[in-house]
Amino acid sequence: MTASGDIKAGDRLVHKVFPPITRHTLALYCGASGDHNPIHVDIDFARAAGFPDVFAHGMLVMAYLGQALTDVVPPSRLRHFSTRFVAITQLGAKLTCEGTVAELFAENGERRARLALTTRDDRGEVKLEGSAIVAL
Amino acid sequence: MVDQSAVGRCFTPVTARVEPGRLRYFLNTLGEENPVYRNMDAARAAGLTGMPVPPTYLFCLEMMDVDDPFEMFTALGIDLARVLHGEQSFVYHAPVLVGDTLTFRPSVTSVAEKKGGAMTLIGVRCAVTNQDGVHVADTARTIVVRNEVAA
Repeated sequence: MTASGDIKAGDRLVHKVFPPITRHTLALYCGASGDHNPIHVDIDFARAAGFPDVFAHGMLVMAYLGQALTDVVPPSRLRHFSTRFVAITQLGAKLTCEGTVAELFAENGERRARLALTTRDDRGEVKLEGSAIVAL
Repeated sequence: MVDQSAVGRCFTPVTARVEPGRLRYFLNTLGEENPVYRNMDAARAAGLTGMPVPPTYLFCLEMMDVDDPFEMFTALGIDLARVLHGEQSFVYHAPVLVGDTLTFRPSVTSVAEKKGGAMTLIGVRCAVTNQDGVHVADTARTIVVRNEVAA
């Protein structure tokens, strides 16, 4: 992480682009995450549920955002991480995860920053909105 | 439809072990190459006494080791095909490391109807403790149920 004294509100700390989401990724994530809901891997099930195709697990998308976050903030400094799943992430989506410093504050005897986080697809559509609190 | 009577319901606690092989599969699936998750020296340099788990992995551990992954949906009469994930949060109190054994205690904390009953939002919280009884994290999720609405 950048020397903590230099961080100020508005700084973009997090930025990472991920490869397109494939059916293979969804199948692997199904096993890797323990989330066996067939809606993410079985097109017949997804269609019967009213969706045109399978779609990404929200938690896969959040895992990418978490990866972008801990690329710049050591996991031991992460205090809080939350997201709202704004829109379904489709197959082929190429996700960009970003985080900017929203505020700096002191809590529990630490200097902390709240980061505003977003994940967008390659058309710019917001998929996740979230925040993280990190110790500086 | 799920109603207020669900609030306060607790589900079977889940005991989950942070196993290195399963974690590696997760890291590989995500293309996670950060050495802090794969290399003991890098983890130590980050101030940890063991290798940590990625920030969302607690959610996975609970699902991987639960006896019945859809217990809550069955108990509340929710059709899996109508479920979406609305929100997720994690509060981290202490490190979770490879080799830990965690206990998750899920309970329903809220039920709210939205869009004239077209959706029900169910809040589920989970306190997570480790093998030493340390309260390491709290997780919270909002489940969105797309209700069948009469035409």
